[in-house]
Amino acid sequence: MQGEREAAPFRPYPPGTQPAYDVPGYGSTHKRHPQEPLVQLPHTVTESIGPHFSSAHFPPIPDLSLVDGKPALGERIIVHGRITDEDGRPVSNTIVEIWQANASGRYQHPGDQHDAPIDPNFRGEGRVYTDDQGWYRFTSIKPGAYPWRNHHNAWRPNHIHFSFFGSGFAARLITQMYFPGDPLLALDPIFLSIPDQGARNRLVCALDMTVTEPEWALGYRFDVVLRGREATPMES
Amino acid sequence: MPSATSSQTIGPFWHLIEHPEWADLTRFGAAGSKVTLSGSITDGDGNPVTDAAVELWQSDPPSDESFPGFGRCRTDQRGEFRFTTIKPGPVPGRGNAQQAPHFAIALHARGLLKALMTRAYFEGDPLNETDQLLSAVEDPRRRGTLLARPEGKDRWRLDIRLQRGPHGETETVFLDI
Repeated sequence: MQGEREAAPFRPYPPGTQPAYDVPGYGSTHKRHPQEPLVQLPHTVTESIGPHFSSAHFPPIPDLSLVDGKPALGERIIVHGRITDEDGRPVSNTIVEIWQANASGRYQHPGDQHDAPIDPNFRGEGRVYTDDQGWYRFTSIKPGAYPWRNHHNAWRPNHIHFSFFGSGFAARLITQMYFPGDPLLALDPIFLSIPDQGARNRLVCALDMTVTEPEWALGYRFDVVLRGREATPMES
Repeated sequence: MPSATSSQTIGPFWHLIEHPEWADLTRFGAAGSKVTLSGSITDGDGNPVTDAAVELWQSDPPSDESFPGFGRCRTDQRGEFRFTTIKPGPVPGRGNAQQAPHFAIALHARGLLKALMTRAYFEGDPLNETDQLLSAVEDPRRRGTLLARPEGKDRWRLDIRLQRGPHGETETVFLDI
């Protein structure tokens, strides 16, 4: 633990790779984005280390496509990928939280009033851990597109929400994975909030026939990069 | 090497991963002095933010099997959140400095495309006077937004404003980490 307390700070995000807080095309940012300049905080122990989740306290939920053994409706998918840091090192044994709409584009959530059916066999929460090499994998249903009221006739592209912790609180990441070839991406102010096109397109997963299972499920790959550190901590 | 993956909003439906017990960091039997931290989140119109995920992280006491060091709490219909945890002690700062006891707080919500980071210190702690972050915020009203206030024995409160309020209320200090 003491070694961890001396972990090196994380490096800054390259310009353009993260969205701003104030994005005029996304209405919910208007009254929620800070207007004062942020205060720079060089990383201390509070930022450079972070929580650890154990599967004993936070058990895995690796299959979203079933509830009590009953299959959800929709197109079954397998999503996998590798989590590394910006130096290409695997982020091992880290928690990955997942949530999403069902195949009809409806969340099992009281706040979602979209007139599309709830699927009693799809709850929409997943939780997995990476292995020693940073790989994660889960089974789910391809989420549907759904309307939101950001602007006239606004529809969100198909997406799965992800939450990552990595090795320090300053590397905390919440994001969304999109699907290849979705024509709604070009119209989506949330996706388009990322200025750098290359960074944006890394949120689009790839069809992966190596994990596609014949007569069972299509496979997709979504790799994630968490912040790297300024300097390599001393090996103990 | 590719840069870190881009952030996207947690959205309004993140409660699918909500587990209310996560707001109690003492639930695994942690030893130490229990405190609560409650508060509210308010937007630029003065309206409560009712769909936020508030995350609390503390590097002290060190996390272990009985103390996760991390909690998450939703805001309710009044924009209120409440954590139960162990009171942190001072931790090392930069150089030879010590940091005053504090919590790190990350806010995620619809309309936040990336987390908003802040801290909660304990009003009246003598170490606040020499804390590097608190000292860097010169405007006392702004500095005050980082100080949780006592509401009774072992009960602390921090109200968070995402923007300056309609009656001139001060915007919370948010951190670029």
